[in-house]
Amino acid sequence: MDTVLLARWQFAMTALFHFIFVPLTLGLSFLVAIMETAYVRTGNETYLRMTKFFGKLFLINFALGLVTGITLEFEFGMNWARYSKFVGDIFGAPLAIEATMAFFLESTFLGVWIFGWKKVSKKTHALSIWLVAFGTNISALWILIANAWMQHPVGYVIRNGRAEFVNFWAAALQPYAILKFLHTVSAGYVVGSFFVMGISAYHLLKNQEVDLFKKAFKIGAYFGLFASLVVFIVGDLHAGEVAKTQPTKLAAMESLWNTKKGAPMYLFLIPDEKHERNAVEIFGIPKMLSVLAYHNPNATVRGLKSFPKNDRPPVTITFISFRTMVALGTLFVLLTLFAFYLIKKDKLLDKKWFLKLMLFAIPLPYLACELGWIVAEVGRQPWIVYGLLRTSQGTSTAVMPSQIIMTIIGFIFLYSILGFIDIYLLIKYAKQVPEPATKEGGY
Amino acid sequence: MLNTIWFALWGLLWAVYFMLDGFDFGVGVLHPFIAKEDLERRMVINTIGPVWDGNEVWLITAGGATFAAFPTTYAYMFSYLYTPLFIILASLILRGVSFEFRGKIESEGWKKFWDFIIFLFSLIPAVLFGVAFGNIFMGLPFDTNGYHGTLFTLLNPYGLLTGVFFLLLFLEHGALWLSFKASNSVAERAQASAKKIWPLLLIVAVLFLAYTKFATKLYNNYISHPVWFIVPAIAVVSLLLIRAFMNSSYAKAFLSSCVTIVTVVFTGVIGLYPNLIPSSINPAYNLTIFNSSSSQYTLKVMLIVAVIFVPIVIAYQLWAHMLFKGTIKKEDLEDKEVETY
Ligand code: HDD
Ligand code: HEM
Ligand code: HEM
Repeated sequence: MDTVLLARWQFAMTALFHFIFVPLTLGLSFLVAIMETAYVRTGNETYLRMTKFFGKLFLINFALGLVTGITLEFEFGMNWARYSKFVGDIFGAPLAIEATMAFFLESTFLGVWIFGWKKVSKKTHALSIWLVAFGTNISALWILIANAWMQHPVGYVIRNGRAEFVNFWAAALQPYAILKFLHTVSAGYVVGSFFVMGISAYHLLKNQEVDLFKKAFKIGAYFGLFASLVVFIVGDLHAGEVAKTQPTKLAAMESLWNTKKGAPMYLFLIPDEKHERNAVEIFGIPKMLSVLAYHNPNATVRGLKSFPKNDRPPVTITFISFRTMVALGTLFVLLTLFAFYLIKKDKLLDKKWFLKLMLFAIPLPYLACELGWIVAEVGRQPWIVYGLLRTSQGTSTAVMPSQIIMTIIGFIFLYSILGFIDIYLLIKYAKQVPEPATKEGGY
Repeated sequence: MLNTIWFALWGLLWAVYFMLDGFDFGVGVLHPFIAKEDLERRMVINTIGPVWDGNEVWLITAGGATFAAFPTTYAYMFSYLYTPLFIILASLILRGVSFEFRGKIESEGWKKFWDFIIFLFSLIPAVLFGVAFGNIFMGLPFDTNGYHGTLFTLLNPYGLLTGVFFLLLFLEHGALWLSFKASNSVAERAQASAKKIWPLLLIVAVLFLAYTKFATKLYNNYISHPVWFIVPAIAVVSLLLIRAFMNSSYAKAFLSSCVTIVTVVFTGVIGLYPNLIPSSINPAYNLTIFNSSSSQYTLKVMLIVAVIFVPIVIAYQLWAHMLFKGTIKKEDLEDKEVETY
């Protein structure tokens, strides 16, 4: 095993693990803030209990998002020293900005929120969870700006054997970064709202705390409908941006081998990488791919064969991940639309099958998020910085394969235990009935 | 000029990090000894509950700033110190989750387990940070062909002494923190520990200053620019003041300990200038603030960001510290309406 492969495995593993917890943090922080605001506005105890109930789940989840993030911050230097040296002038800045602008905000005000129930006024208390929520989103913004630069480098020159900034704003505000940000955070909101809806459905099925969980379900459903639509629409725009900037990735996402004008899209196909073709292609929709990628039915879409073999990403995994993500995204829109309809008609409690479905749908948005990252990162291969630096040129020279193997084993061991405990605690506290209100009314 | 400003900021971030997370480490190591039963342990943990995460972010910022301002140093430092960094990382992960996990299951064994984790994984990074910095002060064995050491090269006498020195600094710091943040018997035991640790700290500090003369080149800068001797002088004075203040106010003793930690870090940092990591093989390979820095443009952008946001951060962190000032009492922990660890 060489260092490149090991370092890639390690990064994939630790990043995918971090991103199990991140999207729920992004979504649930806003949902809890909305719940607490509802309490401050109406004075209704139910919302206070709801806030505390979901707040506890938020904290259990947050703990792991936090500690697994530090790993990634270290990992660039530990495993990817040549990469860090090459991109540091550009890439380090958003990381440092993320810490100063976002992490301090999140961590400080989360402390205030957890421990401050009796120390600050109701309004300040609600404000602190809003600040946490904004903090998580600002953090996402900067890290995604950094990631977008790896996908589509702009605003730099190559000087002194490395990439150097000439225009900070060009990198920070490029469409790729903005779309990536919108797509990823709204994906997090979907995760959060399905989480709230699913857990509410569990309690509604058991007929406990019906009033509280009906209200919670409603908040989840409205927020979820909005978020699912945004993910869907931005996802489409995002694919357009990929088509423009990373033609190899787009071709792999669609498993398109030959360059075509007015390219069709096949609803079902099986890639055959060895023979550079698709083994099965059925249910073609004429010109659909050209429409999706360039919003023009007669546009030409470049196929994989038009690129040298060593510039192509792995096709099957990129293709399957992308297809599944899009299918799930469509499903989320349908599910939240239906939930919205049921709430409007006040028929939610009659449709037991739907509540059950929503309970079991909790993992699906998580799956979509992980698949999304696989599309983005595997589809970028063989480049670590698209078009500039190959992944194989990014590793640390001072690190032995044995060291990476040791740390991979360490991470697997540590992460599986912690992940297991965390999920156990989440389930345990999700199943509990929310605590009754206290006499004095909370604060 | 920008390079020098960033060097100073780099030192400051590390200094503030050790000043803040230092008491978390100290509290973590001391808590099984100072707190006897569950309620007392919760009291100890809750003194740092609202702030430890905000403290840890200074480390992330120090790492991020190293990456942004001195990317070559970031790349080499992190890959050369691979194994110790992994151990520090694993420790921070375990310590971080333990605060959240500990109280979530009502079981004696469960809580004991996490208490042990808090103890062990506060101890390890406290020592390893010292070992790492001791070795940076001495210089690491690298040249253009890369790094020529292992984990065991780092465990040399000077590195280990610096490790012990850092540990004692943090233990003293944590004991002082508990002396005025905890209440009743816990505070009394913390005060007794602070008094016992102090003489040890003093001895090791003297050894460290003396050994530094032989093991490193840190004093060269001081000899050529004697004004800078003011920094180690303040370190020594504040170290002595800690003991003096213990008779009147533990809060003042704690502040004095804050000054000690910051000036100790700066004593090393000033001695390093203009190097970030010297090479112990040949000074020609030293990673300096000039040959490992980002472009002037990036340094400028980052400086603007730092000048705007760091004061804001300090302001709200101070506000939060003020909010949670008072001591933690047992009644606070039994109050069901207040979320605690
Ligand atoms: C789209 C969002 C997103 C993405 C792609 C990443 N993160 Fe993350 N990260 C967050 C969103 C986030 C967050 C939601 O803001 C977290 C989760 C829990 C928390 O404290 O903040 C977080 C925590 C977190 C922390 C701990 C902060 C603390 O102590 O308070 C660090 C150091 C990182 N992350 C670093 C990274 C790095 C180096 C990444 C790149 C590979 C990364 N994250 C990907
Ligand atoms: C948290 C969400 C993320 C997930 C789930 C994720 C997932 C992955 C995966 C699966 C790989 C392996 C690809 C392969 O080797 O085939 C990878 C590689 C990598 N990613 Fe990401 N990624 C995430 C965020 C980021 C961000 C935000 C950055 C940069 C700011 C980043 C930088 C990298 C680097 C440097 C590599 C290693 C080099 C490579 O294999 O190309 N990742 N990531
Ligand atoms: C409904 C149609 C959807 C489309 C057309 C779409 C499109 C895309 C595209 C093109 C990428 C790759 C971007 C890149 O290479 O940089 C991507 C990535 C991603 N997708 Fe989707 N997506 C959809 C739905 C979803 C859903 C439902 C989720 C999760 C709830 C999701 C989560 C993600 C994530 C987390 C990423 C990685 C971050 C990024 O690159 O933006 N997507 N998506």
